[in-house]
Amino acid sequence: MAERMDLWAQVAANKRRSVYLMAGFTVLITGVVAAFDIAFAGGPLLIAIAIVVVLTMVWASYFYSDKLAIAAAHALEADTAQYRQLHNVVEELCIAAGIPKPRLYVIDDPAPNAFATGRNPEHAAVAVTSGLLEVMNREELEGVLAHELSHIHNYDILVATIAVTLVGFVALLSDFGLRMLIFGGRRRDNKGDSGVYVLALSMVFIILAPIAAKAMQFAISRRRESLADVSGVLITRNPQGLIAALEKLRDNTTIIAHAPAATAHMWIESPLDMHSKGAHGWFNRRFETHPPIEDRIAALEEVAGTFPIAN
Amino acid sequence: MVILIVVAIAVVLTLAFVAAAFNGLVRRRNRVDAAWSQIDVQLKRRYDLIPNLVETVKGYAAHEKGAFEAVTAARSGAMNAQAGGDPAKAAQADNVLTGTLKTLFAVAEAYPDLKANQNFLQLQEELGSTENRVAASRQFYNDSVLSYNTKIQTFPADLIAGAFHFAPREFFSAPDGDDVAAAPAVRF
Repeated sequence: MAERMDLWAQVAANKRRSVYLMAGFTVLITGVVAAFDIAFAGGPLLIAIAIVVVLTMVWASYFYSDKLAIAAAHALEADTAQYRQLHNVVEELCIAAGIPKPRLYVIDDPAPNAFATGRNPEHAAVAVTSGLLEVMNREELEGVLAHELSHIHNYDILVATIAVTLVGFVALLSDFGLRMLIFGGRRRDNKGDSGVYVLALSMVFIILAPIAAKAMQFAISRRRESLADVSGVLITRNPQGLIAALEKLRDNTTIIAHAPAATAHMWIESPLDMHSKGAHGWFNRRFETHPPIEDRIAALEEVAGTFPIAN
Repeated sequence: MVILIVVAIAVVLTLAFVAAAFNGLVRRRNRVDAAWSQIDVQLKRRYDLIPNLVETVKGYAAHEKGAFEAVTAARSGAMNAQAGGDPAKAAQADNVLTGTLKTLFAVAEAYPDLKANQNFLQLQEELGSTENRVAASRQFYNDSVLSYNTKIQTFPADLIAGAFHFAPREFFSAPDGDDVAAAPAVRF
């Protein structure tokens, strides 16, 4: 039992950090709305509008984001006869994880990659590229799919969806605030000096909020990738499969065709171009949604060292 | 009056706690039962696949009679043991079946036509997958038992568990390596 504690401890620690980050998001959004209230008159109405907009966005993303993500990736439903092994592997892993089988999609693309989406285990989907099915053997495929199923099991898919929506909302709000600042909204009467400072502070806050939100999104995403790696191993009880799969992903530099940056955090390996010398590659490296594959492999090897390996 | 309100609140809170803890225990116990029946479902799937496999192999390697008979006998042995309900015996019979299947696949290695047969390849994948499902369902059963047993043995749920007679469940343990090796080997 002792040797398994490390794994459980890692899962627990990752979960705890994710909770902190989600709490941070809540504080940030509240802060932005409060700053708005301080900076501009007509606060209550604005806040009411803001709340309606954010609720609508969260509601829409809750119900439709999976369909959108599937469509954006040009994924087609995986035929049960043609992709027998894929269906078998997923069914096996779902039995071990105790979750219903998600819908399965295949993306016709030579770059090996996969992602999970949806809102809960009952409404979830996993998409893999044809390149992944070609490159990976059964054991490695198990590793990758267990990682994706962990995203579903841990409700990462929901957190990711909501995080994207909230980041979008903070950006929208901040943009709106800047416009009002530039084109002159109706200011509140500020009698004292302190009022001016508060006003200036809230302006700075509104400007900086989107950057903070973006940074948090990346941090959430990176944490969740590590957590999914570890809890994926908890399903397969075989770290070697995922380690081998990650090594193959690392060595393969094919870039997937249809992966908008907005969905980058959902894939098992970042689908964005990290290697090109141009501005694109530079930008993507600054805003990394995934921990470096080397670190992920190292973390898994640590787990493997303290784990009874299935043979 | 104040004392009465305090007592009423205390009673309501206690009842709420008892109800929540009780429901949590029932949920976990049901999951253990569901996990146990899932094992049966997967074992049945395995038994159903075997006649197909035997028929396919027969078409190419008709004279390997010993291997077929061993598999067929082990299959009915495992089915009977499973129906008997003794987990230890069932696990033992299951191991014998696994051993004979391994032998059958080893026999198939000698027949290139059979190995290239689409139907055979499919059955091999299905059977391999089913073995994984059996293992997965046992793993999930044990995970469920662990969660349930831990709950009924830790404070404060152990108070409720004791009052309502929630008994700990047993883990499924496959016989370890030595026993597997001791399963009768089929020789030709």
